[in-house]
Amino acid sequence: MSVLDRPRVEEPVPEVGAPPRLKRGWAVGATIFVWLGGWALLRGTATLELGGAELTGFHQWLNGVRDDFDAARDTSFFFQYVIGGISTAIDTVVTFFQELLSQPAFPRPVPEIGWLGVVALLTWLAYALAAWRSALLVFVSLLLFGSLGYWTDSIDLLIVTAVAVAICVVIGLPTGIWMARSKRATAALTPVLDLMQTMPAFAYLAPLALFFGIGPASAVVTTLIYALPPLVRITAHGIRTVAPTTLEASRSLGTTDVQALRKVQLPMAKRTIIVGVNQCMMAALSMATIAALINGPGLGQPVAQALQSLDIGSAFVSGIAIVIMAIMLDRTTTAASQRAEKEARAGRAGGRRRWVVLGAGGAVALVLVYVSRTYLWAAEFPERPDLGTPLSDGVTQLTDWLVTTLENVTNSLKDLVTYALINPLESLLADTPWWLMGLVILAFAYLLGGWRPTAISAVCLLVILGTGLWNETMKTLTTTLVATLIVILSALVVGVWMGRNHRADTAIRPLLDALQTIPPFVYLVPALALFSTSRFTAIVAAVAYGVPIATKLIADGIRGVSPTSVEAARAAGTTAWQMISKVQLPMARAAVVLASNQGLLYVLSMVVIGGLVGGGGLGYLVVAGFSQAQLFGKGLAAGIAITALGIMLDRIAQYAAARYGRA
Amino acid sequence: MTATTISPVKTTESALSVRHLWKIFGTKADKIIGSPDADLSRQELQAKTGCVMAVKDVSFDVAPGEVFVVMGLSGSGKSTLVRLLTRLIEPTAGQVIMGGSEITAASESELRELRRHHVAMVFQHFGLLPHRKVIDNIAYGLEVRGEGKTERRQRAQEMVDLVGLEGYEESYPDQLSGGMQQRVGLARALAVDPDVLMFDEPFSALDPLIRRDMQNEVIRLHEEVGKTMVFITHDLSEALKLGDRILIMRDGEIVQIGTPDEVVAVPADDYVRDFVSEVPRSHVLTLRWVVREPRPGEPVDGPVMQAGVIVKDAARAVLEAEQPVRVYDGDRFLGVVDDEDILRVVVAEEDEQPEPEPQP
Ligand SMILES: Nc1ncnc2c1ncn2[C@@H]1O[C@H](COP(=O)(O)OP(=O)(O)OP(=O)(O)O)[C@@H](O)[C@H]1O
Ligand SMILES: [Mg+2]
Repeated sequence: MSVLDRPRVEEPVPEVGAPPRLKRGWAVGATIFVWLGGWALLRGTATLELGGAELTGFHQWLNGVRDDFDAARDTSFFFQYVIGGISTAIDTVVTFFQELLSQPAFPRPVPEIGWLGVVALLTWLAYALAAWRSALLVFVSLLLFGSLGYWTDSIDLLIVTAVAVAICVVIGLPTGIWMARSKRATAALTPVLDLMQTMPAFAYLAPLALFFGIGPASAVVTTLIYALPPLVRITAHGIRTVAPTTLEASRSLGTTDVQALRKVQLPMAKRTIIVGVNQCMMAALSMATIAALINGPGLGQPVAQALQSLDIGSAFVSGIAIVIMAIMLDRTTTAASQRAEKEARAGRAGGRRRWVVLGAGGAVALVLVYVSRTYLWAAEFPERPDLGTPLSDGVTQLTDWLVTTLENVTNSLKDLVTYALINPLESLLADTPWWLMGLVILAFAYLLGGWRPTAISAVCLLVILGTGLWNETMKTLTTTLVATLIVILSALVVGVWMGRNHRADTAIRPLLDALQTIPPFVYLVPALALFSTSRFTAIVAAVAYGVPIATKLIADGIRGVSPTSVEAARAAGTTAWQMISKVQLPMARAAVVLASNQGLLYVLSMVVIGGLVGGGGLGYLVVAGFSQAQLFGKGLAAGIAITALGIMLDRIAQYAAARYGRA
Repeated sequence: MTATTISPVKTTESALSVRHLWKIFGTKADKIIGSPDADLSRQELQAKTGCVMAVKDVSFDVAPGEVFVVMGLSGSGKSTLVRLLTRLIEPTAGQVIMGGSEITAASESELRELRRHHVAMVFQHFGLLPHRKVIDNIAYGLEVRGEGKTERRQRAQEMVDLVGLEGYEESYPDQLSGGMQQRVGLARALAVDPDVLMFDEPFSALDPLIRRDMQNEVIRLHEEVGKTMVFITHDLSEALKLGDRILIMRDGEIVQIGTPDEVVAVPADDYVRDFVSEVPRSHVLTLRWVVREPRPGEPVDGPVMQAGVIVKDAARAVLEAEQPVRVYDGDRFLGVVDDEDILRVVVAEEDEQPEPEPQP
C-alpha cells in the first residue's frame, strides 16, 4: 500500500504569561529569600492568631444566621415547604426502611423484618444481581456485622448508603446523558462538579446542617453531594466514548437521536455506567460514615464516639465492620457488572438452573422473613456468639502492648517529623505576617502556574482572611504540605519499583486496591492507636490515605513508558539508576504530576478529618462547631476556609500540572 | 416516524450527481468560498485562516449501476467527500442530487428517510454494535425504520446467506475475524435494499488474501444485485479491479476522472503518473491503447480482435500470429497491432521496475 494513515496531531497551545525557565529559577530563589528574611525580622507579628474560644464578628454573625434559620424553620415558606419537604421526604424513606429492617417499629419492640429475614433477603438479592459468590459474601458479612455487635448500625449505614445511591442514580444518569450530548451542559456543569469534588467532605457538613438540621436528611444530602459527581462524570464519559465510527454507522442507517441513545450509546456504555454506580456507592459509603458527625445514622456513629473517647478497641471493631461493608458492596457491584456483561454476551444461556435456584431461594427467603416476624430469636440478633467484645479487648491489649513496646520507635519517629519538618514549616507559614505570607503564596502560584491560578488564589486568600481563621488555615496548610511531601516520596519509591518489577506490581497492587476501598474515616483508627492524638497522627492517616492512589498512578506511568525507548536506552548501555532518572521518570512526568496532584487533594481532605484525632487546625474547628453551640459559626467559617484552601491548592496544582506535566 | 417520501423528480439520468461541492473545516468556513482565499493551496489556507480545505469544488455524475471509485492519498478528502454525499458531514456549499431528489436541501426527517431506504454505507472500521448478535446487527437498519421482528429477521437471514455467513447468526462481532465482520457490515448495508451503496475504504483493515476475497465478493454482489456503488480506496489495484470509472483526488480537488485504462494510459499529471507507475500496464491497457495505423505495405489480413481486449490477454495470440492482428471496435476497423507493439508495453514496464509478482 502506498500510504499510511496520518495521525491528526494537535499542537499544544503555548501558555501565555509563563515566565521563561531561567528567570523562573531566580524568581523562586528571590521569593524564598524575601520570605525567610521577612520571617526572621517580623516573626510573630500580624499572625492573626485567634484563641480557642475567641470569635470574630463574622463568626457571631454566622451564629446569628443559625439562630435565624432555626427560628425560620417553622415560619418561613421556603423552610417549611421546600427544605422541610425534602427533609421530610428523605426522613420518611429512611425511617420506613429502618423500621422495616433495623429499628423497632412501634408498637413492635423489633423491626418488621428480623435479622434472619434481612440476611435471607439480602443474600437472595446478591444472588439475583450478581452470583452465588457474592451471595456468600453478603451472607457472611451480614453475620459478621451482627456478631461484632453492630447489627443495627450496619443496617442503618446500608440504608443511608442505598437511599443516597438511589437518589444519585435518579439524578445522575439523566444528567450524565445530558452532559454527554450537549457541549453547553458540559461547560455549565463541569465547574459545579469540580467544586463538589474538590470541596473536602468536611466543609459542607456545617452548611447542610444549617439548612436540614442534624439527622438522616442532612446525612443523605451530604452523601449525595459527595457521591453524585463520579456517577455523572463516568456516565457522560461512557456515553461520549462510544466509538464514533459505530455511532456514525448507526446514523448512516437513519437512526433518530433517541434510537441512537437507546440502541447504541446506552448499551455500549452500560459497563462503564455500572462502574460509575460502583464508584458512587463507595463514595456514598465513605461519606455516610463521616455524616455520623451530623447525626447520620450508621456505623460512623460508634467510630466517631470511640475516637473521641480514645477507645481504640471499639473504634477498631466498628472500623472493621465498615471495611467489611466496603468490601461487600464493592465486590457485589463489581460482580453485578460482570454478570451484566456476561448476560449480554451469552444471552440467557444456562439460565434454567439459575431461575430454579432464584425461585427456590426467593421462597426460602420469604419463609425466613415470616419466621423472623414471628419468633423473637429470629428478630433480634443473638448476643452470642459475640466476636466484638473479645476482639475489642484483644485490640486494646495489643495496642497497649504495642505502644509500650514501640514507644521509643513511634515517639522518635513522631518527634523527628514534628521537630524537623512540621514545627519549622508551621513557624514559617503561621508566624510570618499574614500580608507577607499571602504575597509569598501568590508569588508561588504565579511561578508555578501563571496568571490565572494567581488570580484565583488571591480571591481564595481574601476569603480565608474574611473567615478570620488565617492562622488556623496556615496550620492546616502545613500539615497538608508535610503529608503531601511524604506521600509523593513514598509513592515515587514504591511506584517506580512496581513499574519496573512485574512481580512487585502483582504483589502490591491488590493491597493498594484494598486500601482504596476503605472509607477515610477508618484510617484514623490505627493512626490513633499508634501515635495517640497529635498533628502527626493526622499526617499519618493522611499519608496512608493518599499513598495508594499516588503510587498506582506513578506505577502505571512508569509501566506506560514505551518499551522501545527503554530497550533503546538499554542498548546504549544505561544503568538501572540512569534508566530511572533519565528515561522512565522524565517520560512518565505527566503521571508523576498527576499523582502529586491527586495525592495533595486526598491528603487535604484527610488532614481535615484528622481534626478528630488531634490534627488541630481547621478540621478541629469544624468538629468543635458541631459539639458546642457557641462555636457553630466558627466551625462554619472553618468549613469555608477549608473550601477556599482546597480550591486554591487544586487550581495551582492543576495549572502547574498542565504546564509541567507535558512531556 | 415521519413518512416523508422524497418525490423522485426526474431531473437527470444519473443515480447521483454532485455539483460544486465544498467542505472546509473550521470557523467562518463559508466566508472563504468565493473569496480569493479559496484559490490558496491547502497548506497556505490553513496557515492563514486555520481552516482545512477538505473538499474543493467537486462535481461528477454516477450512472445507475455504475461502480464509481474515488481514490487518493491519505488526507486527500475521500472520506469527507463520501460523507458529504449523505450529509453525515454537512457540506459547506454545493449540491448533491440522488435519484432525482436534492439531498442538500432535504430536511432532517427527509434525510433520515433517505438514509433508511435509499443509501447505505460500509465503513473501514466496520462500526458494528458489539452488544448485538450478527443477525441483529444486520437487522439494525430495518429495526430503526420500524419493521416488525419477523420480517426483519427473515430479511436479515437472506442477507446472511447472501454474504456467506451461515452458521454465525448467533455470534457476537468480536468472535468473528475482520473479514467476517466486514461481511456483516456489508450485509447490514444490503439489508435495507438501498439504491446506492457507499464504501469508505472497506477493506483497508483486512489482510491481502481476505481483501482479495472481499473484492471478489463485491464484484459478485454487484453482478447479482446491480446496485450503484461509490467506492473509496487508496489502493490503486483495488480501484482498477472494481471501478467502472475512477476519480482521483488530491488535496480535496479532482485531478482526473476516467476509466481504468484511461487513467493508466493518459495520466492527467505527474501525481497520477506516480500513482499508476507501479501498475503493470499490460494488465490494464486494452488493445485500443496500442493500436496504430497500418504502415504502407503492411499486410492487413491477420487475425481479428476486439479493441476492449486487455494487452496481456491478447499477447500470446498476437505473438503467435504470422501477420499483424487487426483491431476492431465492433464493426469499425481501428488499425493493427504487431509483436513489437505488444512487446513495447510489456518490456517498457520491465525497464521501469521489475514486477514482483503478477497482480490479480
Ligand atoms: N472533523 C475535521 N475537522 C478538521 N479537519 C478535518 C476533519 N475531518 C477531516 N479533516 C481534514 O480534512 C482532510 C481530509 O480528510 P479525510 O479524512 O477526508 O481524508 P481521506 O482521504 O479519507 O484520508 P484517509 O485515507 O487517511 O482516510 C484532512 O486534511 C483532514 O485532516
Ligand atoms: Mg478516510
